[in-house]
Amino acid sequence: MIEKPFGYDLASARKLNSDLLEVFDESQIFRIDHYLGKETVQNLLALRFANALFEPVWNRNYVDSVQITAAEDIGIEGRAGYYEGAGALRDLVQNHMLQLLALLTIEPPASFEANRLRDEKVKVLEAIVPPRVRDVRSMALRAQYGPGVVGGERVPGYRQEEGVAPDSRTETYAALRLEVSNWRWAGVPFYLRTGKRLSRKVTDIAVTLKPVPHLALQTSGSVGVQPNEIILTVQPDEGVSVSLGAKIPGSRMRIRPVIMEFRYGTSFMSESPEAYERLILDAMRGDATLFTRNDEIEALWGIIDPILTAWQEDRNSPIREYPAGSAGPAAAEALLDGGRKWRRL
Amino acid sequence: MTEDVWSAQDTTPDDIESALREMLRERHAANQALAPARVLNFVVVVDRDWKGEISNRLQRLGRYNASRTVLCAVEEGRQKLDARAVMRYEEPADGSGLGVMLEEVEIDLGPEQLERLDTVIDPVIVSELPTMLWSPHGYDEAVRVALDLVDVILLDSDDLADPPEAFARATELLRSAYVVDLAWLRTTPWRERLAASFDPPKRRAALQRIANLMVRHQPASAASATLLAGWLCSRLRWDAEPLGSGNGAGLRSVADAPEHDVEIELEPVEQEVPGLVGVTVGCGDVFSLSLDRGPGGLRAHELPSDRTWRVLGASRGEAGILGEGVRQALLRDPTYGPALAAARRLSG
Repeated sequence: MIEKPFGYDLASARKLNSDLLEVFDESQIFRIDHYLGKETVQNLLALRFANALFEPVWNRNYVDSVQITAAEDIGIEGRAGYYEGAGALRDLVQNHMLQLLALLTIEPPASFEANRLRDEKVKVLEAIVPPRVRDVRSMALRAQYGPGVVGGERVPGYRQEEGVAPDSRTETYAALRLEVSNWRWAGVPFYLRTGKRLSRKVTDIAVTLKPVPHLALQTSGSVGVQPNEIILTVQPDEGVSVSLGAKIPGSRMRIRPVIMEFRYGTSFMSESPEAYERLILDAMRGDATLFTRNDEIEALWGIIDPILTAWQEDRNSPIREYPAGSAGPAAAEALLDGGRKWRRL
Repeated sequence: MTEDVWSAQDTTPDDIESALREMLRERHAANQALAPARVLNFVVVVDRDWKGEISNRLQRLGRYNASRTVLCAVEEGRQKLDARAVMRYEEPADGSGLGVMLEEVEIDLGPEQLERLDTVIDPVIVSELPTMLWSPHGYDEAVRVALDLVDVILLDSDDLADPPEAFARATELLRSAYVVDLAWLRTTPWRERLAASFDPPKRRAALQRIANLMVRHQPASAASATLLAGWLCSRLRWDAEPLGSGNGAGLRSVADAPEHDVEIELEPVEQEVPGLVGVTVGCGDVFSLSLDRGPGGLRAHELPSDRTWRVLGASRGEAGILGEGVRQALLRDPTYGPALAAARRLSG
C-alpha cells in the first residue's frame, strides 16, 4: 500500500511505477487516495448509476458547468516541510479533486469491479486534454494566503508561517478550468479550486444545469427562476441537495428556488467507517476498486504536469495574495467565462 | 417547543457549526420525523446591552422564524467568542407527520471580531440558503464587510433621525443586496388601500387628476411618509421638488405631474406606534379619499359621496412588521427601488 503523494510529477510517478512493477504485479499494488474511501465519494456512483433521474441530464445537453471546491479554513498546521515542496496543486488537485472529476464524468462501468471501474476512469482522464505550457496562464491561477482574519482572529500569512521561506513561491490556492473532450462532455467547463485559510471548510461538487429554454412564468416580485443545481457535499456536511424552482404560495405565479436535501448524517443511523478503515480492509481482501491504478496515476499527473512546469518556469511574476479568511483571490473570477461566478463558499 | 442546547466559551465558528451538525444528527437519530428547516439564514448584529429587546422581537416572529438565526451580540472589551446554540422543535404528537427544527445561535463577540464579521458568520450559516442581515443598532462597517455573504439586508429607514441619510444608506446597500426596509413595509396597507381605491375602471382616470397628497405620520416615521410619497411619484411619474418647510411643522413640495401640479405635504402627528397616521389624496372636486388609522383597521372617508367605512385588518401593526420583513426576504418587490429613488429626490 502506498500513500500519496505518488511521485512528484509525471516523470517521477512513471519511474516509481516502473520500479514497483519490477518487483510486484499491478494487482499487488494499492495506491491510496483516501477520498475514494469516503462514503460520499462512492455515493457519487450510486447517485449517477442507481437513479434513472440524473443520468439522462448528465451530459453537455443539460449541464451548463461544474464547480469542484475543496476549501480549508486551516493553514498548513506546522507542516511547512511537506507543504513547501508540494503546494495546493499537488496536495489536492492532482489526486482528490481529479478523482472527484473522474467519478463525476465517467461512463457507466459494466460492473463495479476494480478494473472495469478504473478502465472508465482512465478513459475519461485521458479525455481531459492537458494544457500547453504557454496556455496555462489562461486556464489556471495560483495564489498564497496573506495575513488576515479567520473566525474573528488574526492569523499570519503563508510566508510568515514557521518553516516557510520568506520568498516562497509555493501556492496555497489553485484554481483551474478544464474540459473533458469527449462526446458526453464537450464544451462543458469544469472549474476546480482549492485553497488553505479560506473562509470556511467545505468540499463539494456543484453541477449547474442549463436554464429552461423558455420561461412562460412571470418573474416580477420574486427571486425568479434559477437554473437547477445538484450539490454533492463531501465534507463537512456529507449529502446531496437539489435546488428546484417552486411556486410561492399566493395568487400570483411567483417562483423562487427551494432545496431538496439528503444528508448522510441523518438518513442513515449507522456511522460511516473512516475512509482509511474501508481502504485498508479492501486492500486486505485484495479488492483494488477504490485504489488508483498505474495508468490512472500517470493520466492524473499528465493533466497537472504542464501547469507545474509553467509555474516552475515563471520565476518572476509576483505570486498573487489573498487575505486569510477570504474566499480566495478576486482574480480567480477571470477563469470563469459566460457570466458564471464561483459559488459562495 | 422542545429545545436541545449547546454552549461553549472561547469557541470558534467552526466549533459552533460542528455542534449544530451534531445536534441535528442526534435529534434526527432519536426521531426521524424531525427535519431541519432549510429556507433562510438570518444574521442579526446587536449591541450586547440591548440584546434582550431584539431577542424578544425575534421570539415573536412565530411562523416567520428563519431556519437558522445567528444573533451576534457585540460587547466592548470582549476578546473571545462565546456561543450558545439552540435547536427548537415540536415533536409530532401522534407519531405521524413531520416536525421542523429551527436553529438559533447566539455569539458574543468583541469589536475586533466585529471588524471581520464575515469570518465569524460565514462558517455558521447554511451555505446553500439565502442570508439576510439585520443590524438594528448601527455597526454599518460590520454590514459592509459582510455584504459578500448576504443576499438581503433588513433595515429600518425610520431608525435614522435624518431621512436623507437613511435613504442614502438604503440606496448604497441596494447596489449590493436586496433591501427589505421596515419603513417601506409600514406603508404596505396604505399603498394597498390606495391602489385598490383607484382600481375600478371608472376611477382610474382620476389617478391623473390627483392634485394634492397629504401624508400624516408619527414624528419618528418621516422616512415611511416620504417613501409613500415617493411611491406615488414613481408610479404616476410625478417630478417632485425637494421637500421644504410648510406652514406648520410639516414639509411641503410641489410635483410636476403629466397633466398638472400636485401639492405634497407631510405632516407629523403624535401617535403611539410608529408608521403612518393617515393619508389623503384629492382630485379637486371630483374625488377625495382619506385613510386614517383606527381601531381594527383603517378608517376610510370618501368625498363627495361622504361615505365612511372601515378597512378591517388593513394594518398589521408594529408587532407583525418584523415577520413581514422576514417573509419579504424571499420575495422581490420591484416598486421599492423606484420609490426609494423618488423619496431620495423628495428629501433633497
